[in-house]
Amino acid sequence: MPLVIWSGLNHSRTHPSIPCRGTQHLLKAEKLSIFRGDRLILNGISFSLAPGGILILRGANGAGKSSLLRALAGLTPLAAGELLWDNLPALADREAHAARIGWLGHQDAVKSALTPAEQVPQTALALVELEKFADLPARFLSAGQKRRLAIARVVAAEKPLWLLDEPTTGLDAASVDRFLELCAAQRQRGGMVIASTHTPLDLPNMQVLTL
Amino acid sequence: MIGLIARELRLSLRHGAESMAALLFFVIAGTLFAFGAGPDPAILTRIAPGVVWVTALLAALLPLERLFGPDFEDGTLDLLLLSGWPAYAIGGAKATVHWLTTGLPLLIIAGPLASMLRLPGEKLPLLLLTLLPGTLIFSLLGTLAAALTTGARRGAMLMPLITLPLMIPSLIFGTAAATNPHPVAPLYMLFAMLLAALPLAPLGTGLALRAAAE
Repeated sequence: MPLVIWSGLNHSRTHPSIPCRGTQHLLKAEKLSIFRGDRLILNGISFSLAPGGILILRGANGAGKSSLLRALAGLTPLAAGELLWDNLPALADREAHAARIGWLGHQDAVKSALTPAEQVPQTALALVELEKFADLPARFLSAGQKRRLAIARVVAAEKPLWLLDEPTTGLDAASVDRFLELCAAQRQRGGMVIASTHTPLDLPNMQVLTL
Repeated sequence: MIGLIARELRLSLRHGAESMAALLFFVIAGTLFAFGAGPDPAILTRIAPGVVWVTALLAALLPLERLFGPDFEDGTLDLLLLSGWPAYAIGGAKATVHWLTTGLPLLIIAGPLASMLRLPGEKLPLLLLTLLPGTLIFSLLGTLAAALTTGARRGAMLMPLITLPLMIPSLIFGTAAATNPHPVAPLYMLFAMLLAALPLAPLGTGLALRAAAE
């Protein structure tokens, strides 16, 4: 069973330029409604993503971007509507759904007492130019470097669906470009990306959902 | 699951001071009883099993707040729930790590501490035999309580209120087994409680963690 957060797995097959697992999947959301606490914050959200698709979530702070991503991951229940994976209910088996997802949350989930190499495979560290810091406890990393470490973890897990909550927060311009390359590689091998961001982006075949 | 446990173990070894704090508390609190109750061997011998059990219970509570709190705050809990492992496996792994870093060291130090409190050597094996399921139950129920209070406001205050009533039955039967001339019945009861907690506590922990992540 794959374990996203555990370093030491998937060492050999992490470079995104290697076309791996060319399986094609389809994600479809039909009229999703989501509660946060007692308040209905999202209603009638529908979209569909084909292999290689990217969906950018826009909206003001508090519009519900994070809530939508958490619901798509199965962390919070849907109040109404249905999420379909290859035209089958996606959230019926939450463990199976989790195995499809590369998750980058609002926080980096980086353990400051562990080194980057202990949290993410070495080959993935090179992708975000953190290999120099591989054996330094992560508390010495800057906010942007921690974000890059979290991105590397998503890449290393090699999941067909990336759910990214403001992935570019704290990244410098070069790192944003690097991140976009990684996204392009994910799409090229048939993966899907759903990301919320305030950074203006112009990507080919980009879908935008404004909440 | 081994990977999960190994990672958690490594993390808690890096934060070694927390497990050490629980052990220090155990030793200091036990020693204070000797000062408080006076040096009379008859009294100390009488209270030694109870003192060891109560101080071990309180010491096991100390690291609970750090069990899920940091994971909840830094987003690791979401990653764990999305790691493809069922939530009860995460609960089981956390309880295992709590026992390995707190319960097992307490069990090891309990022997010297009990001797210091003038517990006769021939009664020591029985005390340790009761503490083995005892510390396991502390870890299982403590993990459950820690998960229930994760993300709750004033969780630090809720935690002892939830944990202590859960642990009192095992304390009663544990000390009964350690002091009773016929220890078999309370021992059976203690192991029965362990067998009940073994599947139920991780299941409850998993449900509580899912609820905390919502």
